[in-house]
Amino acid sequence: MNSADIPVIRKIIQRNKRWDLIFAIAGFLALLLGVLTFLALFVQMAYTGWERLTPEFFTNFPSRRAAQAGILSAWVGSLLVMLVTALSAVPLGVAAGIYLEEYASKNLVTDIIEINVTNLAGVPSIVYGLLALGVFVYGFGFGQSILSAGLTLGLLILPVVIVATREAIRSIPLHIREAAYGLGATRWQVTRDHIVPYSLPGILTGVIIGMSRAIGETAPIITIGALTFIAFLPASPVGPEFPWLSFEWLKSGFTVMPIQMFNWTSRPEEAFQQNAAAAGFILVLMTLAMNATAIWIRYHVRKDIKW
Amino acid sequence: MNTPSSASAASLPPLVVSDRLAKKALRHFKERFIEMLLFGAASVSVLTTVGIIWVLVSESYHFFETVPLWSFLTDTMWTPLFADPHYGILPLLAGTLTTSLVALIVAIPLGTTIAIYLSEFARPAVREIVKPFLELLGGIPTIVYGYFALTVVIPMLQLLIPGLSGFNMLGAGIVMGIAIIPYVSSLAEDAMRAVPMNMREGSYAMGGTKLQTALRVVMPAALSGILSAYILGISRAVGETMIVAVAAGMQPNFTLNPLESAQTISAYIVQVALGDLPHGSIGYQSIFAAGLSLMLMTLSLNLVGHVLRRRYREAY
Repeated sequence: MNSADIPVIRKIIQRNKRWDLIFAIAGFLALLLGVLTFLALFVQMAYTGWERLTPEFFTNFPSRRAAQAGILSAWVGSLLVMLVTALSAVPLGVAAGIYLEEYASKNLVTDIIEINVTNLAGVPSIVYGLLALGVFVYGFGFGQSILSAGLTLGLLILPVVIVATREAIRSIPLHIREAAYGLGATRWQVTRDHIVPYSLPGILTGVIIGMSRAIGETAPIITIGALTFIAFLPASPVGPEFPWLSFEWLKSGFTVMPIQMFNWTSRPEEAFQQNAAAAGFILVLMTLAMNATAIWIRYHVRKDIKW
Repeated sequence: MNTPSSASAASLPPLVVSDRLAKKALRHFKERFIEMLLFGAASVSVLTTVGIIWVLVSESYHFFETVPLWSFLTDTMWTPLFADPHYGILPLLAGTLTTSLVALIVAIPLGTTIAIYLSEFARPAVREIVKPFLELLGGIPTIVYGYFALTVVIPMLQLLIPGLSGFNMLGAGIVMGIAIIPYVSSLAEDAMRAVPMNMREGSYAMGGTKLQTALRVVMPAALSGILSAYILGISRAVGETMIVAVAAGMQPNFTLNPLESAQTISAYIVQVALGDLPHGSIGYQSIFAAGLSLMLMTLSLNLVGHVLRRRYREAY
């Protein structure tokens, strides 16, 4: 190499470093765009809906007069639907995850189940709505009820729960199992006393993320034919007479937060757009709180557990 | 072990195996029963798939008894609720493709840039802060994005493009693209981070800069993962419902022009479900035919993604 080349090489290096810098800035801007969109969305809804965020907004039924309309039936409906969703998806998903990780032998049936779970995660949510319309609403005769909606969302988040359970179980080192088996524990004893407790934080994270997805799902619930104008509450689950528990509410008509928001969004009047903003703000707050909890649990578990 | 003293050791009774160690039929039965139960839970997912296929195919079958498949695929009008009904899927398909295309033009460059930045450029502290933020962005309900498209993005676009209608595929597509950025970026980043460090070190040792390493070493090595991230993004965009239902309009329109309003397949299903069509009518069956088309599209995309991941997987 002769010394005359050195400035040329330096120039090349400098040019390449400049490209590095340009890309780093581009990457940062792209990230910023994502974060700013989120902030814009959040602030815009808070700003537009602020006047409507009064206590009455939570205790009023929807109304034809925008200023008196509230989200009482919507948040109660969301709560009850989420209850059914959790009760159906969590046991099924956790059990399926345990089966695939701890019990299943490597054979064709297991392969089919695994591929199937992966594929289900890619099915558009509205297709779950069609499934529910054909099977739950008309096939089983559950009608357009809280039960149908809860089960639909349960099936929808089942892959999320299964995958989270499997990942949590897979992170438990083999020697824990071997120690338990070495003491003569049966497979179920190992599972119940060791696998499930140790993977609980991971499972919980997955369940919360699944639920936060379910609470914002609109399309499948519209598809099963939920009404958008509900000015009554489902029957109370607790009654004054024996057996004190009533399951009438499962068969009740209902509306949920995202549907209430959709209904207000699709009206042309400015006042209803304000309601939509307020409802959207509450909805985003709910999903944010759930996601933040999940992130927090995951962060702490990752920090605290040392096998 | 309750022998009180060593004196009695000589006079031990003959060795009896504790009955706690005896083989128990009940315990065996319980183990088998639990395994069956867990297997049952695992097969629910298979039943779900079977249910989806059965519902879509059987209702569509009734639909195709009335509407010939050929006219479903070639008719350029979709007017199932009119007096003179036409059932051509093409207008809905055009709407779905146009909005998805706009979304991808937004999501793929931005998502890839973010993935490269997070995986190759950002310091770990930045990454730890930003990744949860992206996850939050992916967790926002799509109806909220729809509201955002309708009340913020489209009015902004109307300032830029005078005469733009209040519902259009451009605004819906852009917001949909932003909504799927987190999916694309997080999967693509995972793929890039899985590339072993020694490949980067080799490139750095040869004098490669960060950008050169990222574009010429890491990205080719992670290509299969990145492509399957794109495919997942496409499949999300095709199946996305609420953003387009709110912001793209509800009129089937056979056009590929994103400045116009049009209806997508998923938005049609929502529109019919909001109305009050009797169970078993042709309108009711038509949403299942629409759903079947949607399902076939996303299924084949997922299959392509699966094959890509398999075929181009490079083992290190």
